Amino acid sequence: MELEDLTGSSGEWLRGSGPESDIVISSRIRLARNLADFPFIRTATDHDRLAIEQTICERALVDDHLKKNLLYLNVSELEFVDRQFLVERQLISREHAESEGARGVAIGSRETYSLMINEEDHLRIQVMNSGLDLKAAWDMVSEIDDAVEKHVTYAFHEKLGYLTACPTNVGTGMRVSVMLHLPALVITRQIKKVFRSLHKISLAVRGLYGEGSQAMGDFYQISNQITLGRSELDLINQVSDVVPVLIDYERRARAFLMRESQKDLHDRVSRAYGILSSAKTISSEETMHLLSSVRMGVNLGLIDNLQIPDVNKLFIHTQPAHLQKLRGEELDTADRNVERASYLRRYLRTIGGEDAAEQN
Amino acid sequence: MKCQHCEKPATFHITELTGVEVEELHLCEEHARNYLTPVDPQSESPASQTLAGALAQQLQLGQTAEDLARLDQQACPICGITFYEFRNQGRLGCPHDYSCFEEELEPLVMNIHGATEHVGKRPRRSSAGSEQQTELIRLRREMKEAVDNEDYEKASQLRDQIKELEEEISSQQE
Repeated sequence: MELEDLTGSSGEWLRGSGPESDIVISSRIRLARNLADFPFIRTATDHDRLAIEQTICERALVDDHLKKNLLYLNVSELEFVDRQFLVERQLISREHAESEGARGVAIGSRETYSLMINEEDHLRIQVMNSGLDLKAAWDMVSEIDDAVEKHVTYAFHEKLGYLTACPTNVGTGMRVSVMLHLPALVITRQIKKVFRSLHKISLAVRGLYGEGSQAMGDFYQISNQITLGRSELDLINQVSDVVPVLIDYERRARAFLMRESQKDLHDRVSRAYGILSSAKTISSEETMHLLSSVRMGVNLGLIDNLQIPDVNKLFIHTQPAHLQKLRGEELDTADRNVERASYLRRYLRTIGGEDAAEQN
Repeated sequence: MKCQHCEKPATFHITELTGVEVEELHLCEEHARNYLTPVDPQSESPASQTLAGALAQQLQLGQTAEDLARLDQQACPICGITFYEFRNQGRLGCPHDYSCFEEELEPLVMNIHGATEHVGKRPRRSSAGSEQQTELIRLRREMKEAVDNEDYEKASQLRDQIKELEEEISSQQE
């Protein structure tokens, strides 16, 4: 498997299936780990960074359990657009893409997991599933963690647990996040209220691309803040207990809109579809915004010639780096906006002309 | 250096990483306290759960600038960073910092997590040998310093020591 093989697909987390996938995009768990015999990244020398990368690659990633179909990319040697591509795909973090020095990422088959080396911590293992399925994500991430741990010694403290570069991750080193699509809560202006109540139970809300990013396209990530003093399963349950409540709120808000203002809602969705299938130039933000309406429209049966996997594919393929990779050349913002509009028109025209039942 | 907002000396140097761009702030104790105390209690993330918030709470607990200055000068014998550097950058230097700055970190960890003891998964492998691993971090740092100072004799001694210790550790692991 090579990087280019990923371009045409949309990755596991956008598969658009799995439990509650009309509202829950993906479930993700990441573990932060450090080797006991190296300093944390901020004090690591270039030599240390290389040695950390080498230790993990040569000792752990060759484990029988892991090596199958593993794609290893030397992130420090990748072009900007390729790093950006991996960020859009959520296989690496923005921080990992933008930092300097020896670093890499190992990507598992079907993009269900990735191991970032020399990010904020020596190793960050993440597993992503489509839909709401944290239990399966935990089983898998813990299994990968065990496989790595057979070959290296982690920095672990009897009392504090897994030691991390930032004290906000110490203990389990685990961040559980569920990405939700909540357009109706945004339209009905209830979203802020929901967030406030989540903060009260120490859950964090972030935008599509993590910390500091805007909530583009009405996508929100709900995750645990606390990593110490509770078991992994407790932390997972805290998130999994609240997600059904949010799903229920969103469904009720959708039902309310359908009941009270179906005409307006149908109009909003159809206009969004209209712009997407006929614009000559369109920004990434506007695309996200409109696709969000279309996605809800598909779920509510207001649009019948598109399926959720199509919409998910459009979300990812219209991101700047994806667009450039698909086109096969670098494009500036203005050219990207033209290319994006043309990609959307082409895609929607093809889909529109075919039997919807064939699309999945 | 003077505080950005008044004539007092800047005793707090904050690197703000939350926005799009990295911002550096140099503030006196009073302005730092104001800056680190969130204005809106319902702002995006609850202060007590972010690192900056937890550091701010530590200030509110009544530690004076002198107390902090004293704590700040302690350096980790393994990686060499001071608590001051940690406060400034929000990232620790090596696993041993958790032991060497234990006293300062405990209230911080408590603020962030509401707990100070790990519950949950543990590595299958015993971490009993971790003192040797920590020692490796120190030896490697000293070797680099020796090379930087062109003290090649010391560097080569350290290299041999590192090799010996690495072999010892790997033989224990098999």
